[in-house]
Order: sequence, then structure tokens, then C-alpha cells
Amino acid sequence: MATIQFTDVSRIFQRDGKDFLSLDGINLTVQDREFVAIVGPSGCGKTTCMRMAAGLEFPTSGTVKVNNEVVTQPGPDRAVVFQQFALFPWKSVYENIDFGLRSKGLPKDERDRITTHYIGLMNLQGYESAYPHQLSGGMQQRVAIARAYALDPQVLLMDEPFGALDAQTRVVMQEELVKLARKNPRTVLFITHAVEEAVYLADRVVIMTSRPGKIKEILDVKSVRESQNWDAHSKIEDVMDLESFVHLRTRVWKSLREEHAGTDH
Amino acid sequence: MSQSAATPLNTKQFWLYTVIGTIGFFGLWYAARWLQLAPPQFLPMPHEVLVKFISLFSQPFAGSTMDAHMLASLKRYAMGFGLAALIGVPLGLAMGWYRWLDDVITPLFDGLRFIAPVAWVPFAALWFGTGVGGPTLIIFAGAFPPCLINAYRGAKNVDVLYLEAASTLGIGNFKTITEVLFPAAIPSIIAGLRIGAGLGWMSLVGAELIVASSGMGNLIVRAQSAVATDTVMAGMIAIGMVGVVIDVLLRRLEAYLLKHRRT
Repeated sequence: MATIQFTDVSRIFQRDGKDFLSLDGINLTVQDREFVAIVGPSGCGKTTCMRMAAGLEFPTSGTVKVNNEVVTQPGPDRAVVFQQFALFPWKSVYENIDFGLRSKGLPKDERDRITTHYIGLMNLQGYESAYPHQLSGGMQQRVAIARAYALDPQVLLMDEPFGALDAQTRVVMQEELVKLARKNPRTVLFITHAVEEAVYLADRVVIMTSRPGKIKEILDVKSVRESQNWDAHSKIEDVMDLESFVHLRTRVWKSLREEHAGTDH
Repeated sequence: MSQSAATPLNTKQFWLYTVIGTIGFFGLWYAARWLQLAPPQFLPMPHEVLVKFISLFSQPFAGSTMDAHMLASLKRYAMGFGLAALIGVPLGLAMGWYRWLDDVITPLFDGLRFIAPVAWVPFAALWFGTGVGGPTLIIFAGAFPPCLINAYRGAKNVDVLYLEAASTLGIGNFKTITEVLFPAAIPSIIAGLRIGAGLGWMSLVGAELIVASSGMGNLIVRAQSAVATDTVMAGMIAIGMVGVVIDVLLRRLEAYLLKHRRT
């Protein structure tokens, strides 16, 4: 049972000696093996939510719990996929994926089996000894996802993982992530500002208000996806053509649009 | 000649100016003798120095030939510089990672590093003798600060993204230092080693002027007491030449390592 639990989480940050409220009373529980996407205008604190679950930042008040334990530091039970990939440039593809496994103290052959498995799953065969700078952005992000999945984490935290990719690569990556997530479900907190991406990937979509970030509404996508059998379509554009998808997407858009209008952006 | 320093010279101009500078320098030198501004004892002619320099390789002075003096100096230098690099780089990286270590060492280090290496001579001789230990300490005093400072700054300047990635992968302190901070700081570390190598070499000669019974600095001091000014100058030339060779080798190594860096 891996859950992420935000209870009355608020965060204040200081700039020029003044206090700014960036997150205000966030209450959210991501259930075991649930894929939750958070969308919101930029600066709404959605990335901060993810970073607090990762243990890279901490709430000013309230608690963030993973597996019913208050998060105090980062750890391999909560793997993170960063927007800027964060691969180590001096390590090869293989070494990047293997690095976290070595710290887990797994025996060599076990590590080798896992690394090879995820290299295959992410279509990186033949690039084991390549260095990140020799790969395209999409391939680099696949390495980063492989590195996160290889840890066999209970929780996956993704911060706009496809934000730095071009449109075509992005679509391919989204399809691959859907396959991976359905085949190998984990508790996922996915941060994005792309509405389609959130609706396509997530079981639930959390919409946040602009600063101070509050949860505006939470949309259940999973029940629609299952009743309308989205997963029967392997291509993202086919799913995006479905009336049920369009309907949900429009709802999220409208909700976000109000935020932009409200803050006069 | 309104050319600014920023404008690169072409090859032809470069050589022209180099030749003008060299001829001018030696011309003034010879002129000083011909005009009898200095007695022969005080200012040997350039060609005399050159002849002396070459002859020192076959005729021993102060018990050894020039190559033996060079070797003696280089051995001390290798020990002092090696020690400075082996302690300075890991310590600098560790200080860049552990805040408490930074707080313990930095005030002490900042106080000590402005003491010129030769100022350590009396204590170096007292504590470690004039053989190997004393000079080694003085070279160490010269080479150590840049080794440490650059490793420390390199570690401090590592992109926080890599550190966050490492922490979320569960990488421990030791592996973070050796496999994240160290590779990320390599350009800064190499620059520090090069600066340290130069300062160490200069400190060595200073050290040998006072302590030690062999080496190139010692050759100069002995020649001074024998009023053999041509030998003094030959020793100076040898010191400069070895210094240039060390710097060129380290520059090559730096260029090679940075070229083959996988970033």
C-alpha cells in the first residue's frame, strides 16, 4: 500500500523580506497505484507539491505523508523524473540506470538483469554505453524514466517530464508511459501544465488555482476511461478524438481558463 | 601601432614581435657589458651563461651535475605536490559537501594560506629536517591552497539538479562525493592543480635556497658563495625551463581531459 497524503499543506516563501503564500491548505490523497495528475497555471505551486512528496522541500504547515510516514528526506522509495532529465553526463546510459541500484546493495547479476530489462522496455538497446549528450531529448527522458522505474519505487513523482520535448517526441513518450503505467501500475504524482496530457495519462486530474495554489476541483477520469474503453486505442490521437475525452478536456480547459481570467494573465 | 591587446596578431606579426623582443633583451644585456655598466663578475655575458649551462651537465658543481640537481629537486617537488593534490582535492570536495567540515576548516585555512611558503622554512627545517621532509613541507605549503580551494569551489558550484537526482536515487554521502561532486568538479580541480603546480615549483626553489644540500636552489646558493655568477644564472635558467615544461605538460593534460570529458 503506497499512498501519498497531503493534509492541510501550506507553504510560505519569502522574497524581499515579504511573505508569499504559495500553497494554501492542500488536502489530497493519492491512492495506492493511482495515477494522479496535477494541472494548474504556472506559479501555482504544483511542482512544489511534488517536491514535498519527494522530500526536496517541506511544508510550512500541515503534513505530507508517504505510506503513512511523514516525509523527512528524499529516498529511492520515491523515484523522481525531472523536467530537465537530470542524467549524470559523465555516466553512460547503463551506468545512469545502474547507479541507484548499486546504492540499494543488490548483487551484480540482479542489477544487470533489472537494468537490461528497463533498457529493453524503454527501447534503448544498443545505447547502453552511450553518454547522455549523444542522445536526443526523447531518449534522454526515456533513460530518466528507466532509471526511476528500475528502482522499483512504491511512488513515482514526475515533474513535467515531457515539458522539454518536441511535440512528436512528446506524443510517443506519452503513449509509452500509458503502456508502462497500465502494465506496471504504481502510485504516480504527475505534474504538468498540458491539459491533454493530464487527461490522457491520469486516473484523476487535480486542477489548481493560481497563486496562492489551492485545489479547485478534482476530476475522475478513470471511470470514464474504463467505461468508454479508451485503452482499446493504442494511438493517442484516436483517444483524443473520442467524445468522452473531448468532453473531459474541455471541462479542464474551462476550469483553468477561469483561473487565467481571474488573475488577468 | 593603435592595435589593441584584444586584436589577435597573425603568425607573421607574432614572430616579428617575438624576435624584436628577444633581440632587444639580449642587445641591452650585451650593451650593458660593452658600456661597462657592470663588471664581468656581476654580469656574465649571455653566451657565457649558455656555455656554463651546458657544461654543468658534464662537470659537477656542488657535488653533482646539473641533471642530478634537477632530479633531486624534481623528487622533492613530486612528493610535495603529490601530497598537496592527494590531500587538497579530497578535502576540498568533502568541505564542499559537509557543512560542518567547511565550518571547521575554512577559518583556519583562510588564516594560514596567506603565509608565504618560505615563511615555513624555519619550522620545516626544525620539524622535518633539511633532507626530504623540510622541503616537502614548503612545497606542500605552496601547492596545497589552490588544490583545496578549486576542489571546494568546484564542489560548491555543482548544479543542484545533480545533487537532487542523487539524493532521490538514494545515493549515500561517499558515492555522492566520488561519483557526482568529483566528476562534476573536474574542470575546476584541474585548473587548481595547474596553479598549485606552478606555486609549488616556485616554493621549492625558495626552500632549497635555505634548506637542503642538493637541488637547483642549492646550486644557486653555493654558486653565490663562490661568486660564480654564470653558474647562478645557469641555475636560474634551469629552474625556469623545468617550470615551463611542467606547465606545458599540465596544460596538455588539461586540454586532453577536458576534450575527452563526456558532457
